[in-house]
Amino acid sequence: MASAVFVLDLKGKVLISRNYRGDIPMSAVEKFMPLVLEAEEEQQAPTPCFTHEGINYLYIRHNNLYCILFKKEDIHRSLRYFASSTINLLHLLKTVLALTKKNSNATTILLFLHKLTEVFTEYFKELEEESIRDNFVIIYELLDEMMDFGYPQTTETKILQEYITQESHKLEIQVRPPMAVTNAVSWRSENIKYRKNEVFLDVIESVNLLVNANGNVLRSEILGVIKMKCYLTGMPELRLGLNDKVMFESTGRSPTRGKAIEMEDVKFHQCVRLSRFENDRTISFIPPDGGFELMSYRLNTQVKPLIWVEAQVENYTGSRIEYTIKAKAQFKRRSTANNVEIYVPVPDDADTPKFGNSIGSVHYAPEKSAIVWKIKQFQGGKDFTMRAHFGLPSHCLLISRLHAYICPKIVEDPEKKPPIGVKFEIPYFTTSGIQVRYLKIVEKSGYQALPWVRYITQNGDYQLRMPESIKNNKMSFI
Amino acid sequence: MTDFRIPKPKFFTTTKKGHLTLLASLQSISTRENYELKSDLNSEYRDRRKDAIKKVIANMTVGKDVSGLFPDVLKNMQTEDLEQKKLVYLYLMNYAKTQPELVILAVNTFVKDTDDGNPLIRALAIRTMGCIRVEKIIDYLCEPLRKCLKDENPYVRKTAAICVAKLYDLNPALATDNGFVATLQDMVSDSNPMVVANAITALAEINEASETKDIFVINITTLNKLLVALNECTEWGRIAILTALAEYRPVDEKEAEHIIERVVPQFQHVNGSVVLAGIKVVILYMRVIKTEELIRQLVKKMAPPLVTLLSSVPEVQYVALRNINLILQKRPDILQHEIRVFFCKYNDPLYVKLEKLEIMIKLANDKNVDQLLSELKEYASEVDVDFVRKSVRAIGQCAIKIEESSERCINVLLDLINSSNTMSDMANSKVNYVVQEAIVVIKDIFRKYPRKYEGIIPTLCKNLDALDEPEAKASLIWIIGEYAEKIDNANELLESFLETFREENVQVQLQLITATVKVFLKKPQKSRDIVQQVLQIATTDCDNPDIRDRAYVYWRLLSTDPQAAKAVVLSEKPAISVENQSISGPLLDELINHISTLASVYHKPPESFLGRGTFGADAVQRRAIEEQEEESRESPIQEQVKNENLLDLDFSDTSATPTSANPPSAVSPFSESTSTNIDDLLGLFGNDTKFGTTANSSTTPAGSSATTQSNALNDLVSLI
Repeated sequence: MASAVFVLDLKGKVLISRNYRGDIPMSAVEKFMPLVLEAEEEQQAPTPCFTHEGINYLYIRHNNLYCILFKKEDIHRSLRYFASSTINLLHLLKTVLALTKKNSNATTILLFLHKLTEVFTEYFKELEEESIRDNFVIIYELLDEMMDFGYPQTTETKILQEYITQESHKLEIQVRPPMAVTNAVSWRSENIKYRKNEVFLDVIESVNLLVNANGNVLRSEILGVIKMKCYLTGMPELRLGLNDKVMFESTGRSPTRGKAIEMEDVKFHQCVRLSRFENDRTISFIPPDGGFELMSYRLNTQVKPLIWVEAQVENYTGSRIEYTIKAKAQFKRRSTANNVEIYVPVPDDADTPKFGNSIGSVHYAPEKSAIVWKIKQFQGGKDFTMRAHFGLPSHCLLISRLHAYICPKIVEDPEKKPPIGVKFEIPYFTTSGIQVRYLKIVEKSGYQALPWVRYITQNGDYQLRMPESIKNNKMSFI
Repeated sequence: MTDFRIPKPKFFTTTKKGHLTLLASLQSISTRENYELKSDLNSEYRDRRKDAIKKVIANMTVGKDVSGLFPDVLKNMQTEDLEQKKLVYLYLMNYAKTQPELVILAVNTFVKDTDDGNPLIRALAIRTMGCIRVEKIIDYLCEPLRKCLKDENPYVRKTAAICVAKLYDLNPALATDNGFVATLQDMVSDSNPMVVANAITALAEINEASETKDIFVINITTLNKLLVALNECTEWGRIAILTALAEYRPVDEKEAEHIIERVVPQFQHVNGSVVLAGIKVVILYMRVIKTEELIRQLVKKMAPPLVTLLSSVPEVQYVALRNINLILQKRPDILQHEIRVFFCKYNDPLYVKLEKLEIMIKLANDKNVDQLLSELKEYASEVDVDFVRKSVRAIGQCAIKIEESSERCINVLLDLINSSNTMSDMANSKVNYVVQEAIVVIKDIFRKYPRKYEGIIPTLCKNLDALDEPEAKASLIWIIGEYAEKIDNANELLESFLETFREENVQVQLQLITATVKVFLKKPQKSRDIVQQVLQIATTDCDNPDIRDRAYVYWRLLSTDPQAAKAVVLSEKPAISVENQSISGPLLDELINHISTLASVYHKPPESFLGRGTFGADAVQRRAIEEQEEESRESPIQEQVKNENLLDLDFSDTSATPTSANPPSAVSPFSESTSTNIDDLLGLFGNDTKFGTTANSSTTPAGSSATTQSNALNDLVSLI
């Protein structure tokens, strides 16, 4: 359990805090930033939990800047992307910190802190110094309601919003704790009404890929999520049928059409009855109102990388560098990938870019030290080539040429070698072949509700490591 | 949804730059402001009073001392406005400690509120009363608490359940004598899952704090209640129940099987903490299970959820990796085909990368080693020094762990040395650390496979001048001494160190003495001079008793019986090995009991990092007053620093005790835990055993123990 929770600003100063157990001196927080910086100076990665003088510090970093720029599920990814360039970025991040004196459950506390930022973000759209200051009254109320004596309590935004708002106080009616707070169904309120009952299902598969510099696939993994938007009256019982191989096997039936898929690991929203799933693989639940993530799954199947990128780099000693990038869409012809963006890293000091491309648009993004090749529509089976040419000013110095002349193995800083990244979206298509077979909706009032299903495949963590550049030692005298 | 961003009156004063003046923690509010607030708090207009309260809280938030307004704020406690009530309560919680006398005035309203028609207010009152850690208020807490525990509304009951734990924390006798603890035990059978979960949470906490540890004992009936509630409560409630189940010891295999069956579905929960809590239960219960087949199945079931944890937020990934590290030591077969999921991504945070590296080594075998080596080589060319070093070290560990791969490992290391050398020629000394690390690692490979890779010694010796880290230097010197007969100019190489002998690090000095003696024993003619010189300097010019003593021991040995010296100094060394199990058995079992907690993250038993004793209510109150006094006057910085250091030393002392209880020899040289900042603070012994063992086998036993000691001493000294 947590003794106290703090939200800190970029410099480590306390924006707001709550002392839950009164068993530690609140001044312990002042040691936090110095300790983290000290660890960084000593070339050690500051870990998310550490202990100092009998007090344990557990913290997460939340970046308000990137909340606005990225979709929610992208936040962490983008955070991680930049995390390796440590110190500078650290100061863009806001820290949410918990202190504890006991041997507490670290996973619980860290997840609670994430939940806390999630709730704040859903309440205030963004978590910034400004929004914290403007809403300190609500934040105190939320901190009081979400954790008691250091133990997490109600953390569902939708339910909290029913009794912690500023609006309701303006009315003279006093709010009461919604039934849902303590119910077995703690995520849905009663008395929800819709004129038109509808359910939208989005099956989104993100492909994680890691390819080494020789073009061998090291890892490929599909992370799927099924997102739902429920606009349903009352307390509906839902049952979702997928072409799940294990279920077909256990019931002894075979899928009527298409193949069945084998999911490696499945995770469900807390509304799903886990024991039922364990028994007969039925996914049955009473959904929360509105949008939520029903389930996620993971498949470790080796699939052909959907978008394959090959890079050839030629480095003309100290003067210029040339890239030849080949991209290939390795999926069925009738599918099309939309908004494809290929990021090719180039040296930080590259300048005077020249591009030659048969399709799409190319531009140089110096702030990312990368070429961005955008292709609006990329049909399956096609391949395209792009060439880029950069000057390298800092290597133009005669000295470095001389060096290069003497020592044929080229000057190359062991700079960070970021991989090629690819973004894409392929609609109406899932890599795994997962299908929603049915969604049954039963409510005691007996209404009919329409389910809408949409499939999409997109990039996840999609990285292809850059090959070594071909060293070209021809001296090109100016 | 409501938009909360509507313009509101500002309650904070900001500086020009728009930043809060947070240094305000040392100030109290100005007299004028104080006066204004005071009059507003006593205003006849409701809105003005409420605004004033908000201003007070805003001041409190930025750390200004507004405790002086205590009586004025207190007057506003009785109100119909829920928001205002919450703010006053918040104020009370913060300042009650400093105004214990005045808190009594609030008791009446509190007691009245616990009788309110609105359950939200009843719960709020009982929750807040429990948070006011003042002795005087505790006596008044009992009656309302008794009522609230029996409240018809589950929201009030679940809040009251936690309140019992609060009361027990302040005054155990009072909580027990009033029968509250017994009521909690009954509440495990409550019809509402959230109440059950909180009752369990409270009981678990009380049980841990109690002296008898018999407050929360699970029997057949409670067991069934827990299993039923497990499927109905919130994610946090599930964690509480699973944690309680982990404490339970099933009576027989059948019962264990039954509970496991109910727990396994929780692996599918989206909350990673629920998953880990479930895995903990299963791992612990597996101790009871004898059926091989069932164990195999369970191990198989645990792998996918563990892998999925690596897709969660980085902080949780870190905790998961630390736990996987433990689980792998207990059940090495659990993720044997999954090494690829631990390959590092470019954008992984450093702390995740380092943990993944550790696990990759644990999973390395002759089938995947090629792939692993090409990964490690890739990592060795990254930017982060710490990660690069650990990657190089990992290559060495592969070589020692998997004999068939040793040659490939050596080649990779030579590649790295060569390419770093060409790079550092080009005025880039940054990569030098790759060479240093590689040499340290090669020394270990030499120890594992003596006389197998002598061919590369010339390449290594070429780098002698480039070395500036003690460990790398010492490693190369050890190699020179060990293979003196193969190195023509061994004596010259060592001689080059003599001039600077006095400035060298202790580690290097010790190795120099030993290596010189070895060279002398192998080539007496060529090195008579240097051995004399070294022993002379070591015995006359060195202040370090370890160095002096070792030199004396050698000297005596050489002068009395050179043959005996040979037998001792040049004896066969025991081979080293990489153990998958880097934590000793009993400690590992204890840590497995603590899966998902901080102990499992630090890989240290809880008592090693927890502060001693508990702060009682009095102590905290005293502390709060002291703190404020301290804040108001400027304390001399000197004194503070000194104080901190004393604490530091004291702290690491206690933490080292349990580690040192294990004989250092049980820890393999490769078992050092990742040097996170914590580990380095704590792992005094983890670090030095590494070289200590090397010295161990290359010197006389007497000398070796001295080395270890001196290193420890050295570390202690460096701490100060």
